[in-house]
Order: sequence, then C-alpha cells, then structure tokens
Amino acid sequence: MNENASKELTQGPVADPGVEPHVESYVASDPKLDKAAEGRVIACFVLSAVSAIASLVLYFAIPMTIRIDLGTFQANLHNVLFGTTMGLAILLIGIGIVVWARNLMSDVEMVEIRHPEASSDEDRTEALVMLSDGVRDSGVARRKFVLGSLGGALGLFSLPLIVTLADMGPWPTKRVREQTLERTLFAEATPQQPIRLVNDVTWKPLRAADLEIGQLVNAQPENLQDFHGVEYQQEKAKSSIIVVRMDPDSITVPESRRDWQVSGILCYSKICTHVGCPITLWEQQTHHLLCPCHQSTFDLGNSGLVVFGPAARALPQLKISLDDEGYLVATQDFTVPVGPSYFERDSRNDFKKGDA
Amino acid sequence: MAKPAPVADTHDPGSDATNTKRVVSAQDIDLPPALVKQAPLARWVDDRTGIATMTKPLLRKVFPDHWSFLIGEIALWSFIVVLITGVFLTLWFKPSMAEIEYDGSYQIMKGMLMSEAFASTIDISMDIRGGLLLRQMHHWGALLFVAAIFVHAARVFFTGAFRKPREINWLIGVGLMFLGVMAGFSGYSLPDDLLSGTGLRFADGLMRSIPLIGTWAEFFVFNGEFPGDLIISRLYMVHILLIPALLLALVGAHLVLMVYHKHTQFAGPGRTERNVVGYPAFPVYAAKMAGYFFTVFGVIALFGALVTINPVWTYGPYNPAQVTAGSQPDWYMGWVEGAVRIMPGWESHWGSTTWSWNVFIPGVILLGGFFTVMALWPWIENWFTGDKREHNLAQRPYENPTRTAFGVAIITFMVLLQFGGANDLIATNFALSLNAITWFLRFAVFIVPVIAFWVTKRICLSMLKRDQDRLLHGSPTGEVHRTPEGEYIEDHTPISQGEGYAMTSSEDPAPLEAGQATDDRGVAIADGERISKRRARASRWWAEGNIPTPTREEIEEAHSDHEGSHELESSGQQ
Repeated sequence: MNENASKELTQGPVADPGVEPHVESYVASDPKLDKAAEGRVIACFVLSAVSAIASLVLYFAIPMTIRIDLGTFQANLHNVLFGTTMGLAILLIGIGIVVWARNLMSDVEMVEIRHPEASSDEDRTEALVMLSDGVRDSGVARRKFVLGSLGGALGLFSLPLIVTLADMGPWPTKRVREQTLERTLFAEATPQQPIRLVNDVTWKPLRAADLEIGQLVNAQPENLQDFHGVEYQQEKAKSSIIVVRMDPDSITVPESRRDWQVSGILCYSKICTHVGCPITLWEQQTHHLLCPCHQSTFDLGNSGLVVFGPAARALPQLKISLDDEGYLVATQDFTVPVGPSYFERDSRNDFKKGDA
Repeated sequence: MAKPAPVADTHDPGSDATNTKRVVSAQDIDLPPALVKQAPLARWVDDRTGIATMTKPLLRKVFPDHWSFLIGEIALWSFIVVLITGVFLTLWFKPSMAEIEYDGSYQIMKGMLMSEAFASTIDISMDIRGGLLLRQMHHWGALLFVAAIFVHAARVFFTGAFRKPREINWLIGVGLMFLGVMAGFSGYSLPDDLLSGTGLRFADGLMRSIPLIGTWAEFFVFNGEFPGDLIISRLYMVHILLIPALLLALVGAHLVLMVYHKHTQFAGPGRTERNVVGYPAFPVYAAKMAGYFFTVFGVIALFGALVTINPVWTYGPYNPAQVTAGSQPDWYMGWVEGAVRIMPGWESHWGSTTWSWNVFIPGVILLGGFFTVMALWPWIENWFTGDKREHNLAQRPYENPTRTAFGVAIITFMVLLQFGGANDLIATNFALSLNAITWFLRFAVFIVPVIAFWVTKRICLSMLKRDQDRLLHGSPTGEVHRTPEGEYIEDHTPISQGEGYAMTSSEDPAPLEAGQATDDRGVAIADGERISKRRARASRWWAEGNIPTPTREEIEEAHSDHEGSHELESSGQQ
C-alpha cells in the first residue's frame, strides 16, 4: 500500500526538483552585518532589563490615585506606566529572541521523512496476540457471569454519585412554580390591604396627580423594601414595573381592562417576556417601549402587545387603582406570570391582538 | 553564524552511509565548555529517567515554516498568559453573592449595597497595585485566545489540514474551541456587574427555553429562581477548575498528536506527502516559540496597560431592574446574540405546554448545530469525496473550491449575525432604522451566504484555471509580437519547475460513481459500502467545475505547441 502511494507521487505530472539549494543569508554574508544583528539582539535584552527595573520602581513610586485624562484616553497613571514598562520588558525579550533566531541561527532547511501513522502489520499482529493472551489469562471467556455482573455493577455505581445532583436546586414542581415563577410581591395585595407603587430610586409612593402625560416612571411595590440580599434580587427581578401616563384618547383600552387604569395611567411589568431583561427605552410619541437587549418592542398604548422583535407575548399589565390619599396602588397580582415563557405553562390564552 | 548543518543529515532509512556516520563517541562531540561542565548533572538525570533516549527524536525534529502555522501558537501562548494572570486574580477575588456595603477607596460607590464578588472586583481594579493590569490582561488574553482559536480553525479548515490522518486532532480542536467559548462566558459572568448580570439573565432565559427540561435546568443551575445565591460560586468552580483542567488535558493531546503526525506543509520544491522540510526544533523552533511566547505575553501586557476593557466600575453592581443600551456579550457570542435578536417571536403550544422557538432555535440549536457540523466536517466532506488517502500537504484554499466556498458561506452567515448582534449600535451610529436592519438581516442571513458560496466557488475555479494556463502555456511576459500574417501574440515564458511541481502535487479524487466496485486506488469496495445514486450525485456536485490536473503528456504537448518556448523541464529557473 505504501509502495503504491510513493509510486503515485514520483509519477506526478511535473518531476520534483528537490529542495532549493541553500542561499547564504544577507546577514551571514558580511561579518559587519552579523555584528550589527548581534548588537540588535543584545540591545533588545538590555532594554528589556532596563524596562523591568523601571517597572519595579514605578510600581512603588506612583500612587494609585492619579488619573490621566487626555480626552479620549483616560486611565489610571499607575496602570499605564507600570503596565507599559512591564509589557516592554516582556515584549523585548520576545523580539530579541526572534531576531536572534531569524538572523543569527542556521537557516539551512532540513528534510525529515514521515513515518506512516499506522502500526506495521507485525506490530498489529503482535498486539492482537498479546491481547488474546491476556483475555485467555483473565479467563473471562469461560466466566461469563463475572463480566456480566461487573457490567451491572459498573452501570449502577455511578447512580449514587449522580443522584446527589438532585439537590442542586429546588424542584420546579407545580407547587414550587406557583410560589416562585408565578408569583410576585403584588400577590400580597388585596382590595382591603392594597400595596402602593413606589419610585424605584427614591422609594416615594407615586401620586396620580404628580404624573404628567407622556411621563414614565420605573417603580417597585412598596413591600420590596422588606427584603434583603438574594431574596431582594429575586423579588426585584419579577416585581419591577413601569408606570406610564398617556392621553386616554390616544390609547386603546380593551373592555376587560377598563378598570385596570387610572385616567390614562397604566402599569406594566418591566421584565421582558423574551429572556427577561428589564425594558427601559420609552418612545413617548408612539407609546412604544423597547428592550435594549434584543429590541423587542411593546405598545403600551395597546395593552403591551408586541409590535416588533423576538418577544412572543405581550407585556403583562398590572391592575392599578387609587387609594384614599390619591396614591397609586395595586390590589392584586399580575394575571399571568412575568418574564419569559416556560414549558410547563400554556401561554396561548395570554392577552393577544384582537382580545377585548 | 553557526556552521551550516549537513542537509544529508536526515533520518532517511535508505541511506546507510549516513547511518554509520552517526555512530560517534562522546569525545568527538564539540560542546561548549559551559555545557560540558553540566555533564555530571546530565548523567545523574539520565541514569534515573533515560532522558537522552526520550529527547533524541525530538531535539532536531523538523518543523515546516509558514506564517499561518503560527496562529494556533498564539492561542497556546495566550492560554498560558490567561492561566498566569488568572492565578493572580484568584488571590483577591471572592466568588460570593453575599450582600455587603462597599467600603473601598472608590468614592462614587461608598455605602452602596453589592455582592462580595463585585466589591472584590472593584478592589482589584482600584486598590490593588497592578490588579487592574492583571484583570485587563486576563480579559484581553481571553479574547485573543478565543479569536486565535477561531482563526486557527479556519486555517486548518481552508487548507484541508483536518483530513486523514488528522481527524482526531480536528475533533480535539473543536472541543478546545467549545471549551474556550465556555471559559470566556463563565469568566465574563463572575464580576457580578450590571453587564455580566444581564448576560446571566440572558443565559437564564436561554435555559428556560429548552423544551421539557427548561425550568428544571434553570432551577438546578441557579439553585432556584434567578439570580439565586450560588451561581457565582458555581461558575467560579467551572471557570477556574473544571474548564482549565479539561483545556490543559486537551491542549496536551492536541500537541502530542501534532508532533506525532508531524506538521502539514505547503507544496513546493522538495516537499512531498512523505517528507517534511523545515528547520530543526532545537535551536530554531525552540527559540522562535520562546520568542513568540514573550511577544504574545508582552503585547497582551501592553493592551492591559493601555486599552481599558470591561470597566465594571462604570457599570455598577448588578440590579435586575437596570440595563444599559448597547448591552453586548464578548465578541465570540455576538453572532448567537444576533441570531436571538433577528429571530421572529415564534412560540407554539401543544397540549398545555409552550415551546419558545424564539429563544431555543437561535440560542441553543444554532450554537449546538454549529459545533456539531464543525466536529463532523471531516466525515461530511468525506461523504462527498470518498477520499481515503493520507494527506500531509496542506492545500491552498482555492485548490478545493467547494470546501472553501462552504467555509466562506458559513463565515458570511456568522458575520451577518454579528451585525445583527450590533443592530442597535449600527442603527444609532449610522442613523438607520433598527427595524429595517433587522428585517434586512432576517432574509440576508439565508440569501447572502448562498451568493457568497457561488462567488467564492467561481473565484476559486478561475484561480485554478489561471494555474492551469501558467502550467501549460507559461507566464505572460507582457511582450506582444505581430506575426507576418498580422496576428498578435503575447509571449509566454515557462514557469519554474518548482512552481509547476507545487501546482500539480495535490490532486482531487474523481467524483464517486454510483455502484462503483473499486475506489480510485483500485481497492475493491464491499457490497455494503457501494456508492448510492444520491451520494454519487452529491459527489458530482462537489467536484463540479474542477479542472483535472494535466498529465505529463498534456503538459509536454502544450509546450511543444508553443513556438519558441522551452521545455519546462529544461528551463529550471524563470
């Protein structure tokens, strides 16, 4: 087989002229040039050493607090000077070695013959003989049960290890989903004990009279403040809302949501139904809300329906009303879960275009 | 200048004369005195390890020289730099999501509530001398690592260096690419800043979209609802233990196989399928590799010093109610991001379930499909060509038009998706409509790659045609003559034998024929492996337009037709 292959090669259409004769390099042709190249290499190494020492001095000499500001170039002085000298110390070693290898080392090309990747037929046979000797010595051919029971044991021994992964997280059973994915802090609200909507920076309750037409406020339920740490983040990731006031004559309110708003003030989930980014970009004239992550666009003037982008479901709307003091409140949770869809819940009955 | 090494000093088994000459005694060896002084140490080590026998075949091993062979080396060295800087970062980074009040030197954040992970990242950036440099070097190094892997993979793909006997090494390489991307993503998420938290939120949505097990995957990975309290410490383990260990093992295997196969080389005078021509490992390649390591290391250090990357202190801690416009992942996830952005909002419902195609297809299927097709490529190509030969000569990309066209089509697809991942920035910077860009890309990602395939294939074929012309008729001199009959003829001068040899030393196998009983080397094909009609048709499509390499007779005939032209063989030089 190998003979065939080499025959194929020697019989190519154009004969192999062989490796080109070695031509002495320019640097090697003249001792002066050789000396100069050597000088360049040494210069690189010396400069590298100087740079390394400079970086050590700069590391201790420069305080961490100085910032440089050259318009587009703003940086920490310590980082720039220490880093540059350190980088040069390393880079110059590299350049020096490469110049050395390229100019001063032999550039005579060598030829090495490739060996075939495959083992020789003798080696293959020998290995097979050894394998069969081993199989015979182990006696597995006669003792089928030993192998069979070992196979069973090997198949099962990993299960106790794998099963410990079962507690990597709570199981999202129906009950757990109801307590987590399908519930936000607004679930604690009732008509008797409503929850106020508060500004998510100042934590001040929102008063309907303070909202101008076209204004959008990022808000949270008042009871979010009771939480801390991980729970706070988890709740905030679901309960974030936007409160927006639009001209009632310029928006479409379906019959079923007539009492979900307060004279043109509507409240929606801030969490995108695509992959859960908080939606922020508000186009006042069109009433469109755009998600900066993947540009899903929702029409807040029309029940939060998707008008563009990869999101499939409308933004969940929260029913809001006024309390005795004129503050905006929620009296119930969202009617559908906020955030991205998930396998276990059929979202086909969520609000969609054409619903009344 | 070192003494020129004898060219005849090969491992050519046929040459007995050189073999006997290799028997030398230790006294004959002309070593510098400094090394002679180390002889007792060398003997001590060799007595215990047999190191002389081990290094003998490696010290003067020949490597071929070409700039494109250095790209994989960039990946290797940036990986080492990332390991070194990463070890430093672990000295200060705290992978904890526990909430603390920031009390460091960065005044703007004083008193802010944040996770320990973010606070320690700010400390590294603001309070630890050299900490920011290491962080930025780590990030730049990681980006360079993944970029070099992609370019290296493209080099191997377009030169056909994945073909027999190197398919296993190609598979290992695909594994390395996947792990490199995962290493990058897991590291990107660790600082727990606003941008990386948004990335995690995306990963959460991606997992949730998986049919049947989505919610379970999400709850298991995040220990409950997003963001949970364990994701940072879990990713930390993945990032500094699991992935680096796998990467190191696979990098080792990748290099061992590369040395065992010997590197591919481009065709050229004296370069055949059965030899390798180049410089010895010691000293030339050892020096070049060391020099290259320091160069990569130094360049990454200069980037860390001079180019700010991921300034988390301007983003602030993660807040699930905030996000910035222009939230983009690191570049290697940009094409997946683009696919997610331009995907229409499709969801379907069966029974009481929801299937989120809008996230699952571009996120999970596309990413999985890319790596699957890539891993299987040597076998996919082989299904078309039926090529069973070993290949040690790297092809120039145009020598295999269909493969190159396919590769260019895939790259076009990914670049368009990358544009999709930046559609908001394109819209704002070029004053274009975001919706128009998105709609354009929804069609373009399917149409443009097909055009790119066709154009590339035609370009490759015309380059082959040009090669053919040069081989048969020589190179045009630019001198035009008028014959007594009034005909104008441009003079051609024959190309060198070396160029002619390089052009003709690789040959594409003929397309498969349905039901053929022997392969192109005449070996009988078993009944079960007979070529189906469909495969034969695919094989013809693959080879469509290929120009068969001319035979020796055809070349000679073409040359004798040329009035006043010389025999190619006799010309030697141009």
